[in-house]
Amino acid sequence: MRKKSRSAPEINASSMADIAFLLLIFFLVTTTIASDKGLSILLPPKNDQQLDVKMKERNIFKVFINSNNQLLVEEQLMSINQVKDAAKKFISNNGRDPKSSESPQAAVISLKTDRGTKYEVYVAVMDELKKAYNELRAAYMGITLAEYLQIENDPKKQTAKFEEAKKAIPYQLSEAEPTNVGGN
Amino acid sequence: MAKFTKKKKGTPAISTSSLPDIIFMLLFFFMVTTVLRETELKVQNRLPKATQLQKLEKKSLVSYIYIGKPKDTEKYGTEPRIQVNDALVTPKEIPNFVYAEKDKLDEVERDKITMSLKVDVDAKMGIVSDVKQQLREADARKVNYSCVQSIDKQ
Repeated sequence: MRKKSRSAPEINASSMADIAFLLLIFFLVTTTIASDKGLSILLPPKNDQQLDVKMKERNIFKVFINSNNQLLVEEQLMSINQVKDAAKKFISNNGRDPKSSESPQAAVISLKTDRGTKYEVYVAVMDELKKAYNELRAAYMGITLAEYLQIENDPKKQTAKFEEAKKAIPYQLSEAEPTNVGGN
Repeated sequence: MAKFTKKKKGTPAISTSSLPDIIFMLLFFFMVTTVLRETELKVQNRLPKATQLQKLEKKSLVSYIYIGKPKDTEKYGTEPRIQVNDALVTPKEIPNFVYAEKDKLDEVERDKITMSLKVDVDAKMGIVSDVKQQLREADARKVNYSCVQSIDKQ
């Protein structure tokens, strides 16, 4: 029997590539994740001639934020965390209270700000109003708010029921031109 | 007597020791190129918190407008300003910016352009509504107020 020829044993470096690949994939995945999120709105089209839309007073839910960041909802002073319940009550009135909306389709929220209103407060109010709508839609579909948000952000999950809820409780927010009290 | 033993026959193993180096090079390339991909901010930008967020669908259709107090207050003052790309602009210049951004897109996708407003929490509504007015003017009606997800208190 012949002895094996002696030489320095070779270090197996083939797994090194795998480790490097793993790192590479890790970086590829993590660097693109930071996605943009926010509150979406659709601005009204520009038109020079003022369109006069006749609407019943009862179908408009007026929210005004003044330059001191105080909130006036339907002629009542309110704090931000009360807005959601007031809006929900207004939208889902269905003609019961003669001073409130006739149906969710007819209900419109009118949001007015001042030039001196803080952006943070404006976003907080928008968020609460959106939440009121989302909670009503979630209740319509018989799911929780968290589930509803997941469906809204994933076009693959949007079923006919989601479209139906959107149609039954349309998100109607109208923004008036801001007043100029605390502006620059 | 010297003996010359013949070398063993068989295909020699291909050395893979340089493979990690190649992969590492790729790795460094990606690390370097992916990190530095945002415009340098000239304004303060602390985004507000909100809960009912919607994701922006297609990144290529999104253009960004930043509003906030300038970082270099000695040069630009303390009043909130608007930044697009790398420059501070007045509201009147926004339509031009929108048209330039629309030109970059395909013709079929031009009305789908979304403007993402990254507004500092301390900004006032006056400047925001000026921007909104100009966006209406430029017919870029899809607007997204960029927010940070906050944990629901309920």
